[in-house]
Amino acid sequence: MAEQKMIATRTAYGEALLELGQKDSRLVALDADVAKSISSNKFHKAFPERAFNLGIAEQNMFAVAAGLATTGRVVYASDYAVFATMRACEQIRTFIAYPQLNVKIGASHGGLHTGMDGVTHQAIEDIGIMRSIPGITILSPADAVSAKKLTLAAHEYPGPVYIRLTRNPAPIIYEEKQDFLIGKANLLSQGNDVAIVAHGVMVTRALQAAKVLKDQGISAAVLDVHTIRPLDKAALLELATTTKAMVIAEDHNIHGGLGSAVCELLAEEYPIPAARIGLRDVFGESGDPDELLDAYGMGVADLVNAAQSVIRRK
Amino acid sequence: MVDQTLIKNLEEQARQMRIEIVKMVHQSTSGHPGGSLSAADIVTALYFHEMRIDPKNPCYEDRDRFILSKGHCCPVIYTALALRGYYECSHLGTLRRHHSILQGHPCMNKTPGLDMVSGSLGNGPSLGIGMALGAKLDQKDYRVFVMVGDGEMQEGMIWEALMAGAQFKLDNLYLIVDYNHLQVDGTVEQIMNIAPLKDKLEAFNWQVVEMDGHNMAEIVATLDRVTQPHSGPVAIIAHTVKGKGVSFMENKVEWHGLAPDDAQLEQALAELEGGKTNG
Repeated sequence: MAEQKMIATRTAYGEALLELGQKDSRLVALDADVAKSISSNKFHKAFPERAFNLGIAEQNMFAVAAGLATTGRVVYASDYAVFATMRACEQIRTFIAYPQLNVKIGASHGGLHTGMDGVTHQAIEDIGIMRSIPGITILSPADAVSAKKLTLAAHEYPGPVYIRLTRNPAPIIYEEKQDFLIGKANLLSQGNDVAIVAHGVMVTRALQAAKVLKDQGISAAVLDVHTIRPLDKAALLELATTTKAMVIAEDHNIHGGLGSAVCELLAEEYPIPAARIGLRDVFGESGDPDELLDAYGMGVADLVNAAQSVIRRK
Repeated sequence: MVDQTLIKNLEEQARQMRIEIVKMVHQSTSGHPGGSLSAADIVTALYFHEMRIDPKNPCYEDRDRFILSKGHCCPVIYTALALRGYYECSHLGTLRRHHSILQGHPCMNKTPGLDMVSGSLGNGPSLGIGMALGAKLDQKDYRVFVMVGDGEMQEGMIWEALMAGAQFKLDNLYLIVDYNHLQVDGTVEQIMNIAPLKDKLEAFNWQVVEMDGHNMAEIVATLDRVTQPHSGPVAIIAHTVKGKGVSFMENKVEWHGLAPDDAQLEQALAELEGGKTNG
Protein backbone atom coordinates (compact mmCIF):
# COMPACT_ATOMS: atom_id res chain seq x y z
CA MET A 1 0.00 0.00 0.00
CA ALA A 2 2.92 2.30 0.66
CA GLU A 3 3.53 3.00 -3.03
CA GLN A 4 -0.09 3.85 -3.67
CA LYS A 5 -0.75 7.43 -4.67
CA MET A 6 -2.69 9.32 -2.00
CA ILE A 7 -5.13 12.09 -2.92
CA ALA A 8 -8.07 13.49 -0.96
CA THR A 9 -11.40 13.23 -2.75
CA ARG A 10 -12.10 16.92 -2.03
CA THR A 11 -9.10 17.77 -4.22
CA ALA A 12 -10.48 15.68 -7.07
CA TYR A 13 -13.87 17.38 -6.63
CA GLY A 14 -12.24 20.78 -7.15
CA GLU A 15 -10.58 19.56 -10.33
CA ALA A 16 -13.86 18.20 -11.65
CA LEU A 17 -15.62 21.46 -10.82
CA LEU A 18 -13.01 23.40 -12.78
CA GLU A 19 -13.44 21.06 -15.73
CA LEU A 20 -17.22 21.42 -15.57
CA GLY A 21 -16.84 25.18 -15.49
CA GLN A 22 -14.96 25.05 -18.75
CA LYS A 23 -17.57 22.77 -20.28
CA ASP A 24 -20.73 24.46 -19.04
CA SER A 25 -20.75 28.23 -19.07
CA ARG A 26 -23.98 28.25 -17.06
CA LEU A 27 -22.57 26.38 -14.08
CA VAL A 28 -22.38 28.46 -10.91
CA ALA A 29 -20.31 27.65 -7.83
CA LEU A 30 -21.28 28.76 -4.34
CA ASP A 31 -19.12 28.55 -1.26
CA ALA A 32 -19.29 29.36 2.42
CA ASP A 33 -15.75 30.42 3.26
CA VAL A 34 -14.32 26.94 2.79
CA ALA A 35 -13.64 27.19 -0.95
CA LYS A 36 -9.92 26.96 -0.30
CA SER A 37 -10.39 23.90 1.83
CA ILE A 38 -12.71 22.06 -0.55
CA SER A 39 -10.61 23.21 -3.51
CA SER A 40 -13.58 24.81 -5.25
CA ASN A 41 -11.42 27.96 -5.14
CA LYS A 42 -9.92 26.78 -8.43
CA PHE A 43 -13.29 27.45 -10.00
CA HIS A 44 -13.47 30.86 -8.30
CA LYS A 45 -10.12 31.84 -9.78
CA ALA A 46 -11.04 30.64 -13.26
CA PHE A 47 -14.62 31.94 -13.35
CA PRO A 48 -14.93 34.78 -10.83
CA GLU A 49 -18.05 36.14 -12.54
CA ARG A 50 -20.03 33.00 -11.70
CA ALA A 51 -18.53 32.03 -8.37
CA PHE A 52 -19.96 33.48 -5.19
CA ASN A 53 -18.62 33.21 -1.68
CA LEU A 54 -21.51 33.65 0.73
CA GLY A 55 -19.28 33.79 3.78
CA ILE A 56 -19.85 31.83 6.95
CA ALA A 57 -23.60 31.56 6.42
CA GLU A 58 -24.47 28.07 5.26
CA GLN A 59 -28.25 28.30 5.45
CA ASN A 60 -28.16 31.40 3.30
CA MET A 61 -25.86 29.70 0.81
CA PHE A 62 -28.11 26.70 0.25
CA ALA A 63 -31.22 28.85 -0.10
CA VAL A 64 -29.36 31.12 -2.53
CA ALA A 65 -28.41 27.95 -4.42
CA ALA A 66 -32.09 27.02 -4.65
CA GLY A 67 -33.07 30.47 -5.91
CA LEU A 68 -30.31 30.41 -8.50
CA ALA A 69 -31.30 26.95 -9.68
CA THR A 70 -34.81 28.22 -10.44
CA THR A 71 -33.24 30.48 -13.07
CA GLY A 72 -32.11 27.43 -15.03
CA ARG A 73 -28.59 27.02 -13.81
CA VAL A 74 -26.73 24.04 -12.41
CA VAL A 75 -25.42 25.11 -9.03
CA TYR A 76 -22.56 23.39 -7.21
CA ALA A 77 -22.70 24.44 -3.56
CA SER A 78 -19.72 23.27 -1.54
CA ASP A 79 -19.49 22.99 2.20
CA TYR A 80 -18.37 20.71 4.99
CA ALA A 81 -20.75 17.78 5.34
CA VAL A 82 -21.62 18.56 8.97
CA PHE A 83 -22.73 22.08 8.11
CA ALA A 84 -24.45 21.20 4.85
CA THR A 85 -26.52 18.38 6.29
CA MET A 86 -27.12 19.75 9.76
CA ARG A 87 -26.80 23.54 9.74
CA ALA A 88 -28.56 23.80 6.39
CA CYS A 89 -30.58 20.59 6.58
CA GLU A 90 -33.93 22.30 6.20
CA GLN A 91 -32.81 24.48 3.31
CA ILE A 92 -31.67 21.34 1.48
CA ARG A 93 -34.90 19.54 2.32
CA THR A 94 -37.52 22.17 1.70
CA PHE A 95 -36.01 24.38 -0.97
CA ILE A 96 -33.76 21.99 -2.93
CA ALA A 97 -35.14 18.46 -2.53
CA TYR A 98 -38.86 19.28 -2.39
CA PRO A 99 -38.93 21.32 -5.62
CA GLN A 100 -36.25 19.02 -7.13
CA LEU A 101 -33.89 21.81 -8.06
CA ASN A 102 -30.63 21.25 -9.85
CA VAL A 103 -28.27 21.81 -6.95
CA LYS A 104 -25.22 19.62 -6.45
CA ILE A 105 -23.85 19.56 -2.93
CA GLY A 106 -20.13 18.97 -2.56
CA ALA A 107 -19.77 17.95 1.09
CA SER A 108 -16.29 17.48 2.42
CA HIS A 109 -15.04 16.11 5.74
CA GLY A 110 -17.30 13.08 5.62
CA GLY A 111 -16.69 10.54 8.37
CA LEU A 112 -14.31 9.90 11.23
CA HIS A 113 -11.50 9.90 8.65
CA THR A 114 -11.66 13.70 8.95
CA GLY A 115 -9.27 12.98 11.78
CA MET A 116 -7.56 15.70 13.75
CA ASP A 117 -10.36 18.26 13.45
CA GLY A 118 -12.40 16.21 15.89
CA VAL A 119 -16.11 15.58 16.37
CA THR A 120 -17.42 19.04 15.37
CA HIS A 121 -16.07 18.51 11.86
CA GLN A 122 -16.51 14.76 11.44
CA ALA A 123 -19.80 14.09 9.67
CA ILE A 124 -20.92 10.65 10.81
CA GLU A 125 -24.66 11.24 10.32
CA ASP A 126 -24.75 12.99 6.96
CA ILE A 127 -25.75 10.03 4.81
CA GLY A 128 -28.49 9.03 7.23
CA ILE A 129 -29.84 12.57 7.17
CA MET A 130 -29.74 12.79 3.37
CA ARG A 131 -31.28 9.31 3.05
CA SER A 132 -34.25 10.36 5.14
CA ILE A 133 -35.04 13.25 2.77
CA PRO A 134 -36.85 12.18 -0.41
CA GLY A 135 -35.39 12.94 -3.81
CA ILE A 136 -31.67 13.42 -3.19
CA THR A 137 -29.13 11.28 -5.00
CA ILE A 138 -26.31 10.33 -2.63
CA LEU A 139 -22.75 9.63 -3.79
CA SER A 140 -19.72 8.62 -1.76
CA PRO A 141 -16.64 8.11 -3.91
CA ALA A 142 -13.92 5.79 -2.66
CA ASP A 143 -10.93 7.57 -4.16
CA ALA A 144 -9.87 10.59 -6.18
CA VAL A 145 -10.52 8.94 -9.55
CA SER A 146 -14.10 8.08 -8.66
CA ALA A 147 -14.62 11.44 -6.94
CA LYS A 148 -13.69 13.29 -10.10
CA LYS A 149 -15.75 11.07 -12.38
CA LEU A 150 -18.79 11.06 -10.14
CA THR A 151 -18.65 14.84 -9.72
CA LEU A 152 -18.65 15.11 -13.51
CA ALA A 153 -21.49 12.58 -13.76
CA ALA A 154 -23.56 14.51 -11.21
CA HIS A 155 -23.65 17.44 -13.63
CA GLU A 156 -25.58 15.34 -16.15
CA TYR A 157 -27.77 13.77 -13.51
CA PRO A 158 -31.06 15.58 -12.95
CA GLY A 159 -32.04 17.03 -9.59
CA PRO A 160 -30.29 17.35 -6.26
CA VAL A 161 -27.12 15.32 -5.75
CA TYR A 162 -25.17 15.00 -2.51
CA ILE A 163 -21.49 14.18 -3.04
CA ARG A 164 -19.74 13.06 0.12
CA LEU A 165 -16.06 13.88 0.10
CA THR A 166 -13.21 13.29 2.51
CA ARG A 167 -10.71 15.65 4.03
CA ASN A 168 -7.60 13.48 4.08
CA PRO A 169 -5.63 11.77 1.33
CA ALA A 170 -6.71 8.25 0.57
CA PRO A 171 -5.21 5.61 -1.75
CA ILE A 172 -6.13 5.57 -5.43
CA ILE A 173 -7.83 2.26 -6.18
CA TYR A 174 -9.24 2.88 -9.64
CA GLU A 175 -7.51 3.22 -12.96
CA GLU A 176 -8.20 6.40 -14.88
CA LYS A 177 -10.09 4.54 -17.58
CA GLN A 178 -12.67 3.14 -15.14
CA ASP A 179 -16.24 4.13 -15.96
CA PHE A 180 -18.70 5.24 -13.31
CA LEU A 181 -22.44 5.23 -13.66
CA ILE A 182 -24.56 6.84 -10.94
CA GLY A 183 -26.69 4.08 -9.44
CA LYS A 184 -24.44 1.25 -10.62
CA ALA A 185 -22.13 -0.25 -7.99
CA ASN A 186 -18.69 -1.47 -9.02
CA LEU A 187 -17.72 -5.06 -8.30
CA LEU A 188 -14.02 -4.86 -7.48
CA SER A 189 -13.41 -8.43 -6.48
CA GLN A 190 -15.28 -11.63 -7.22
CA GLY A 191 -16.06 -14.00 -4.36
CA ASN A 192 -18.49 -16.72 -3.33
CA ASP A 193 -18.21 -17.11 0.43
CA VAL A 194 -19.02 -13.62 1.63
CA ALA A 195 -19.65 -10.15 0.18
CA ILE A 196 -18.11 -7.00 1.60
CA VAL A 197 -19.93 -3.93 0.39
CA ALA A 198 -18.56 -0.51 1.22
CA HIS A 199 -18.37 3.12 0.23
CA GLY A 200 -15.82 5.88 0.66
CA VAL A 201 -12.59 5.22 2.49
CA MET A 202 -13.81 1.82 3.64
CA VAL A 203 -13.59 0.41 0.11
CA THR A 204 -9.80 0.29 0.38
CA ARG A 205 -10.10 -1.52 3.68
CA ALA A 206 -12.63 -3.94 2.21
CA LEU A 207 -10.12 -4.84 -0.51
CA GLN A 208 -7.44 -5.37 2.13
CA ALA A 209 -9.77 -7.55 4.16
CA ALA A 210 -10.59 -9.63 1.07
CA LYS A 211 -6.87 -10.35 0.66
CA VAL A 212 -6.54 -11.46 4.27
CA LEU A 213 -9.61 -13.67 3.87
CA LYS A 214 -8.21 -15.15 0.67
CA ASP A 215 -5.13 -16.26 2.59
CA GLN A 216 -7.52 -18.04 4.97
CA GLY A 217 -9.17 -19.77 2.03
CA ILE A 218 -12.25 -17.54 2.10
CA SER A 219 -13.42 -16.05 -1.16
CA ALA A 220 -14.80 -12.55 -0.56
CA ALA A 221 -16.51 -10.36 -3.12
CA VAL A 222 -15.98 -6.60 -2.77
CA LEU A 223 -18.56 -4.15 -4.03
CA ASP A 224 -18.00 -0.38 -4.13
CA VAL A 225 -21.43 1.15 -3.56
CA HIS A 226 -20.45 4.66 -4.59
CA THR A 227 -24.13 5.52 -5.07
CA ILE A 228 -26.07 5.07 -1.86
CA ARG A 229 -29.25 6.38 -3.48
CA PRO A 230 -30.51 5.12 -5.84
CA LEU A 231 -29.19 1.89 -4.36
CA ASP A 232 -28.01 -0.71 -6.86
CA LYS A 233 -30.44 -3.32 -5.60
CA ALA A 234 -29.75 -5.68 -8.49
CA ALA A 235 -26.02 -5.89 -7.76
CA LEU A 236 -26.60 -6.26 -4.02
CA LEU A 237 -29.23 -8.97 -4.40
CA GLU A 238 -27.08 -10.85 -6.87
CA LEU A 239 -24.21 -10.85 -4.38
CA ALA A 240 -26.59 -11.83 -1.61
CA THR A 241 -27.77 -14.77 -3.67
CA THR A 242 -24.29 -16.03 -4.50
CA THR A 243 -22.56 -15.42 -1.15
CA LYS A 244 -25.42 -15.69 1.36
CA ALA A 245 -23.44 -13.58 3.83
CA MET A 246 -22.76 -9.85 3.77
CA VAL A 247 -20.65 -7.27 5.57
CA ILE A 248 -21.48 -3.63 5.02
CA ALA A 249 -18.66 -1.23 5.84
CA GLU A 250 -18.74 2.54 6.00
CA ASP A 251 -17.15 5.48 7.80
CA HIS A 252 -20.47 6.60 9.25
CA ASN A 253 -22.67 5.85 12.21
CA ILE A 254 -24.10 2.34 11.86
CA HIS A 255 -27.54 3.98 11.92
CA GLY A 256 -28.90 5.48 8.75
CA GLY A 257 -26.10 4.91 6.27
CA LEU A 258 -25.35 2.24 3.70
CA GLY A 259 -25.44 -0.43 6.43
CA SER A 260 -29.02 0.46 7.19
CA ALA A 261 -29.94 0.74 3.51
CA VAL A 262 -28.56 -2.71 2.68
CA CYS A 263 -30.01 -4.37 5.78
CA GLU A 264 -33.42 -2.91 4.90
CA LEU A 265 -33.10 -4.34 1.40
CA LEU A 266 -31.98 -7.74 2.63
CA ALA A 267 -34.66 -7.95 5.32
CA GLU A 268 -37.36 -7.24 2.77
CA GLU A 269 -36.10 -9.17 -0.21
CA TYR A 270 -33.47 -11.75 0.66
CA PRO A 271 -32.75 -12.27 4.36
CA ILE A 272 -29.21 -13.52 4.94
CA PRO A 273 -26.72 -13.02 7.79
CA ALA A 274 -25.35 -9.48 7.63
CA ALA A 275 -23.07 -7.35 9.77
CA ARG A 276 -22.54 -3.62 9.79
CA ILE A 277 -19.12 -2.06 10.25
CA GLY A 278 -19.12 1.60 11.22
CA LEU A 279 -19.16 3.87 14.22
CA ARG A 280 -21.22 2.00 16.78
CA ASP A 281 -23.50 4.88 17.69
CA VAL A 282 -20.76 6.89 19.39
CA PHE A 283 -18.96 10.12 18.57
CA GLY A 284 -15.31 9.90 17.59
CA GLU A 285 -12.47 12.15 18.67
CA SER A 286 -9.37 13.81 17.24
CA GLY A 287 -6.55 11.72 15.89
CA ASP A 288 -4.78 10.28 12.90
CA PRO A 289 -7.45 9.26 10.35
CA ASP A 290 -6.38 5.67 9.88
CA GLU A 291 -5.63 5.11 13.54
CA LEU A 292 -9.09 6.42 14.37
CA LEU A 293 -10.79 4.01 11.97
CA ASP A 294 -8.84 1.14 13.56
CA ALA A 295 -9.66 2.35 17.06
CA TYR A 296 -13.39 2.65 16.37
CA GLY A 297 -14.01 -0.81 14.98
CA MET A 298 -13.43 -0.07 11.32
CA GLY A 299 -10.06 -1.76 10.95
CA VAL A 300 -9.20 -4.46 8.43
CA ALA A 301 -9.20 -6.96 11.31
CA ASP A 302 -12.74 -5.91 12.21
CA LEU A 303 -13.85 -6.52 8.64
CA VAL A 304 -12.19 -9.93 8.61
CA ASN A 305 -13.83 -10.88 11.93
CA ALA A 306 -17.21 -9.69 10.71
CA ALA A 307 -16.84 -11.71 7.51
CA GLN A 308 -15.96 -14.86 9.44
CA SER A 309 -18.88 -14.24 11.75
CA VAL A 310 -21.51 -13.85 9.02
CA ILE A 311 -20.17 -16.95 7.26
CA ARG A 312 -20.62 -18.91 10.51
CA ARG A 313 -24.20 -17.65 10.75
CA LYS A 314 -25.18 -18.97 7.31
CA MET B 1 -48.87 62.24 -10.59
CA VAL B 2 -50.60 59.01 -9.62
CA ASP B 3 -53.35 57.94 -11.97
CA GLN B 4 -56.57 58.12 -9.92
CA THR B 5 -58.37 55.62 -12.13
CA LEU B 6 -55.56 53.14 -11.65
CA ILE B 7 -55.74 53.58 -7.88
CA LYS B 8 -59.53 53.17 -7.85
CA ASN B 9 -59.21 49.99 -9.93
CA LEU B 10 -56.50 48.58 -7.69
CA GLU B 11 -58.53 49.39 -4.58
CA GLU B 12 -61.48 47.56 -6.07
CA GLN B 13 -59.21 44.65 -6.97
CA ALA B 14 -57.90 44.54 -3.41
CA ARG B 15 -61.46 44.43 -2.12
CA GLN B 16 -62.16 41.45 -4.39
CA MET B 17 -58.97 39.83 -3.14
CA ARG B 18 -60.14 40.16 0.45
CA ILE B 19 -63.52 38.66 -0.37
CA GLU B 20 -61.86 35.63 -1.97
CA ILE B 21 -59.37 35.29 0.90
CA VAL B 22 -62.02 35.08 3.63
CA LYS B 23 -64.18 32.81 1.47
CA MET B 24 -61.39 30.37 0.75
CA VAL B 25 -60.18 30.17 4.35
CA HIS B 26 -63.78 29.64 5.48
CA GLN B 27 -64.32 26.89 2.96
CA SER B 28 -61.04 25.23 3.85
CA THR B 29 -61.89 25.51 7.57
CA SER B 30 -58.23 26.24 8.12
CA GLY B 31 -55.64 28.74 6.99
CA HIS B 32 -54.19 32.13 7.85
CA PRO B 33 -56.48 35.08 7.16
CA GLY B 34 -54.83 37.75 9.36
CA GLY B 35 -51.53 38.09 7.54
CA SER B 36 -53.17 37.49 4.17
CA LEU B 37 -55.40 40.50 4.72
CA SER B 38 -52.53 42.67 5.94
CA ALA B 39 -50.62 41.88 2.74
CA ALA B 40 -53.59 42.13 0.36
CA ASP B 41 -53.13 45.71 -0.83
CA ILE B 42 -49.41 45.32 -1.49
CA VAL B 43 -49.80 42.00 -3.30
CA THR B 44 -52.60 43.54 -5.37
CA ALA B 45 -50.35 46.44 -6.36
CA LEU B 46 -47.59 44.03 -7.32
CA TYR B 47 -49.68 41.57 -9.33
CA PHE B 48 -52.09 44.02 -10.95
CA HIS B 49 -49.72 46.89 -11.54
CA GLU B 50 -46.01 46.65 -10.83
CA MET B 51 -44.89 43.20 -11.85
CA ARG B 52 -44.12 42.19 -15.42
CA ILE B 53 -45.77 38.82 -15.68
CA ASP B 54 -47.71 36.79 -18.22
CA PRO B 55 -50.42 34.48 -16.86
CA LYS B 56 -50.54 32.69 -20.20
CA ASN B 57 -46.85 31.91 -19.94
CA PRO B 58 -46.23 31.51 -16.19
CA CYS B 59 -42.59 30.43 -16.50
CA TYR B 60 -41.32 32.87 -19.07
CA GLU B 61 -37.74 33.68 -18.22
CA ASP B 62 -37.89 37.46 -18.16
CA ARG B 63 -40.80 37.68 -15.73
CA ASP B 64 -40.52 39.48 -12.42
CA ARG B 65 -40.43 37.10 -9.46
CA PHE B 66 -42.35 37.22 -6.21
CA ILE B 67 -41.56 35.18 -3.13
CA LEU B 68 -44.09 35.14 -0.33
CA SER B 69 -41.58 34.32 2.38
CA LYS B 70 -44.37 34.42 4.96
CA GLY B 71 -45.76 31.37 3.16
CA HIS B 72 -48.58 30.71 5.60
CA CYS B 73 -50.29 33.78 4.12
CA CYS B 74 -50.65 31.93 0.81
CA PRO B 75 -54.37 32.74 0.47
CA VAL B 76 -53.27 36.20 -0.64
CA ILE B 77 -51.00 34.92 -3.42
CA TYR B 78 -53.38 32.12 -4.45
CA THR B 79 -56.12 34.70 -4.82
CA ALA B 80 -53.90 37.09 -6.78
CA LEU B 81 -52.86 34.33 -9.18
CA ALA B 82 -56.45 33.18 -9.67
CA LEU B 83 -57.81 36.68 -10.24
CA ARG B 84 -54.90 37.39 -12.56
CA GLY B 85 -55.91 34.36 -14.63
CA TYR B 86 -53.23 31.75 -13.91
CA TYR B 87 -55.99 29.27 -13.02
CA GLU B 88 -59.72 29.19 -12.43
CA CYS B 89 -61.09 30.80 -9.28
CA SER B 90 -62.88 27.51 -8.59
CA HIS B 91 -59.54 26.19 -7.30
CA LEU B 92 -59.62 28.64 -4.40
CA GLY B 93 -62.22 26.53 -2.59
CA THR B 94 -59.83 23.57 -2.64
CA LEU B 95 -57.22 25.26 -0.44
CA ARG B 96 -55.39 22.75 1.79
CA ARG B 97 -57.40 19.81 0.44
CA HIS B 98 -55.99 16.53 -0.84
CA HIS B 99 -55.13 16.78 -4.58
CA SER B 100 -55.47 20.56 -4.55
CA ILE B 101 -53.06 22.69 -6.56
CA LEU B 102 -53.19 25.01 -3.54
CA GLN B 103 -51.11 23.44 -0.78
CA GLY B 104 -51.25 24.54 2.84
CA HIS B 105 -48.01 26.39 2.17
CA PRO B 106 -46.85 27.36 -1.33
CA CYS B 107 -45.44 24.68 -3.63
CA MET B 108 -44.03 26.03 -6.88
CA ASN B 109 -44.46 22.73 -8.72
CA LYS B 110 -48.18 22.49 -8.01
CA THR B 111 -49.44 26.03 -8.44
CA PRO B 112 -49.10 27.78 -11.82
CA GLY B 113 -47.47 31.17 -11.47
CA LEU B 114 -45.86 30.49 -8.14
CA ASP B 115 -42.14 31.24 -8.25
CA MET B 116 -40.93 29.46 -5.13
CA VAL B 117 -41.68 27.08 -2.31
CA SER B 118 -42.23 28.91 0.96
CA GLY B 119 -43.61 28.34 4.41
CA SER B 120 -40.48 27.83 6.44
CA LEU B 121 -39.86 31.35 7.66
CA GLY B 122 -36.68 33.30 7.08
CA ASN B 123 -35.74 31.75 3.75
CA GLY B 124 -37.35 34.12 1.25
CA PRO B 125 -34.64 36.77 1.12
CA SER B 126 -31.94 34.17 0.47
CA LEU B 127 -34.02 32.51 -2.23
CA GLY B 128 -34.61 35.94 -3.73
CA ILE B 129 -30.88 36.64 -3.73
CA GLY B 130 -30.37 33.47 -5.77
CA MET B 131 -32.95 34.64 -8.31
CA ALA B 132 -31.53 38.16 -8.39
CA LEU B 133 -28.04 36.79 -8.97
CA GLY B 134 -29.47 34.65 -11.76
CA ALA B 135 -30.90 37.76 -13.42
CA LYS B 136 -27.53 39.50 -13.19
CA LEU B 137 -25.68 36.50 -14.61
CA ASP B 138 -28.09 36.32 -17.52
CA GLN B 139 -28.02 40.10 -17.95
CA LYS B 140 -31.77 40.20 -17.64
CA ASP B 141 -33.65 43.10 -16.13
CA TYR B 142 -36.32 41.25 -14.20
CA ARG B 143 -36.88 42.19 -10.56
CA VAL B 144 -37.34 40.00 -7.51
CA PHE B 145 -39.83 41.01 -4.82
CA VAL B 146 -39.70 39.22 -1.48
CA MET B 147 -42.36 39.75 1.15
CA VAL B 148 -41.48 38.86 4.73
CA GLY B 149 -43.50 39.09 7.90
CA ASP B 150 -42.33 41.27 10.76
CA GLY B 151 -42.10 38.34 13.16
CA GLU B 152 -40.10 36.55 10.50
CA MET B 153 -37.36 39.14 10.90
CA GLN B 154 -36.52 37.27 14.12
CA GLU B 155 -35.01 34.45 12.04
CA GLY B 156 -31.22 34.70 12.05
CA MET B 157 -31.01 33.72 8.42
CA ILE B 158 -32.75 36.94 7.40
CA TRP B 159 -29.68 38.84 8.51
CA GLU B 160 -27.35 36.52 6.62
CA ALA B 161 -29.34 37.38 3.51
CA LEU B 162 -29.35 41.10 4.27
CA MET B 163 -25.55 41.04 4.36
CA ALA B 164 -25.40 39.12 1.09
CA GLY B 165 -27.91 41.33 -0.72
CA ALA B 166 -25.79 44.39 0.06
CA GLN B 167 -22.50 42.59 -0.61
CA PHE B 168 -23.63 41.66 -4.13
CA LYS B 169 -25.21 45.11 -4.68
CA LEU B 170 -28.46 43.57 -5.90
CA ASP B 171 -30.40 46.56 -7.21
CA ASN B 172 -32.98 44.14 -8.63
CA LEU B 173 -33.97 42.82 -5.21
CA TYR B 174 -36.81 44.30 -3.15
CA LEU B 175 -37.64 43.25 0.38
CA ILE B 176 -41.10 44.19 1.60
CA VAL B 177 -41.70 43.87 5.34
CA ASP B 178 -45.35 43.42 6.27
CA TYR B 179 -45.09 45.22 9.61
CA ASN B 180 -48.40 44.37 11.26
CA HIS B 181 -46.92 43.95 14.76
CA LEU B 182 -48.56 40.60 15.49
CA GLN B 183 -47.19 37.06 15.53
CA VAL B 184 -48.62 33.75 16.77
CA ASP B 185 -47.88 34.18 20.47
CA GLY B 186 -48.50 37.91 20.83
CA THR B 187 -47.15 41.22 19.66
CA VAL B 188 -43.76 41.40 17.99
CA GLU B 189 -42.77 43.93 20.63
CA GLN B 190 -43.63 41.53 23.47
CA ILE B 191 -42.17 38.40 21.94
CA MET B 192 -38.92 39.57 20.36
CA ASN B 193 -38.77 43.16 19.30
CA ILE B 194 -37.32 43.89 15.88
CA ALA B 195 -37.24 47.67 16.34
CA PRO B 196 -35.62 49.91 15.32
CA LEU B 197 -36.11 48.10 12.02
CA LYS B 198 -35.29 50.95 9.66
CA ASP B 199 -32.01 51.63 11.45
CA LYS B 200 -31.09 47.96 11.36
CA LEU B 201 -31.81 47.59 7.67
CA GLU B 202 -29.86 50.77 6.90
CA ALA B 203 -26.98 49.52 9.02
CA PHE B 204 -26.94 46.46 6.74
CA ASN B 205 -26.48 48.83 3.79
CA TRP B 206 -29.96 48.57 2.34
CA GLN B 207 -31.86 51.57 1.05
CA VAL B 208 -34.98 51.76 3.23
CA VAL B 209 -38.32 53.41 2.56
CA GLU B 210 -41.51 53.28 4.58
CA MET B 211 -45.10 53.33 3.43
CA ASP B 212 -48.65 52.84 4.58
CA GLY B 213 -49.30 49.30 3.36
CA HIS B 214 -53.03 49.98 2.99
CA ASN B 215 -52.92 53.26 1.11
CA MET B 216 -53.02 52.19 -2.51
CA ALA B 217 -51.87 55.52 -3.89
CA GLU B 218 -48.90 55.47 -1.54
CA ILE B 219 -48.07 51.81 -2.34
CA VAL B 220 -48.13 52.47 -6.08
CA ALA B 221 -46.10 55.66 -5.74
CA THR B 222 -43.54 53.90 -3.54
CA LEU B 223 -43.15 50.95 -5.90
CA ASP B 224 -42.87 53.28 -8.88
CA ARG B 225 -40.24 55.33 -7.08
CA VAL B 226 -38.02 52.52 -5.73
CA THR B 227 -37.96 50.68 -9.04
CA GLN B 228 -36.33 53.65 -10.76
CA PRO B 229 -32.62 53.14 -11.51
CA HIS B 230 -30.67 53.02 -8.26
CA SER B 231 -27.82 51.13 -6.65
CA GLY B 232 -28.08 48.26 -4.18
CA PRO B 233 -31.02 46.45 -2.64
CA VAL B 234 -34.15 48.19 -1.38
CA ALA B 235 -36.24 47.41 1.68
CA ILE B 236 -39.77 48.69 2.00
CA ILE B 237 -41.22 48.75 5.49
CA ALA B 238 -44.95 48.53 5.00
CA HIS B 239 -46.97 49.62 8.00
CA THR B 240 -50.00 47.38 8.04
CA VAL B 241 -52.86 46.10 10.16
CA LYS B 242 -53.25 42.37 10.61
CA GLY B 243 -56.70 41.28 9.48
CA LYS B 244 -57.21 44.57 7.61
CA GLY B 245 -60.66 45.00 6.07
CA VAL B 246 -62.62 42.70 8.39
CA SER B 247 -63.40 44.62 11.56
CA PHE B 248 -63.40 41.72 13.99
CA MET B 249 -60.11 40.37 12.63
CA GLU B 250 -58.21 43.64 12.70
CA ASN B 251 -55.34 43.72 15.18
CA LYS B 252 -56.52 40.47 16.75
CA VAL B 253 -53.75 37.93 17.24
CA GLU B 254 -56.32 35.09 17.28
CA TRP B 255 -56.94 35.61 13.58
CA HIS B 256 -53.38 34.67 12.65
CA GLY B 257 -54.43 31.14 11.81
CA LEU B 258 -58.15 30.75 12.30
CA ALA B 259 -60.92 30.13 9.79
CA PRO B 260 -64.13 32.13 10.11
CA ASP B 261 -67.31 30.16 10.83
CA ASP B 262 -70.48 30.67 8.77
CA ALA B 263 -71.73 33.66 10.77
CA GLN B 264 -68.31 35.28 10.80
CA LEU B 265 -67.98 34.79 7.05
CA GLU B 266 -71.34 36.42 6.55
CA GLN B 267 -70.30 39.43 8.60
CA ALA B 268 -66.91 39.65 6.87
CA LEU B 269 -68.51 39.52 3.43
CA ALA B 270 -71.14 42.09 4.42
CA GLU B 271 -68.34 44.45 5.43
CA LEU B 272 -66.20 43.79 2.39
CA GLU B 273 -69.03 43.79 -0.12
CA GLY B 274 -70.36 46.95 1.45
CA GLY B 275 -66.92 48.41 1.09
CA LYS B 276 -66.70 49.10 4.80
CA THR B 277 -63.25 48.77 6.31
CA ASN B 278 -63.36 49.91 9.95
CA GLY B 279 -59.68 50.67 9.71
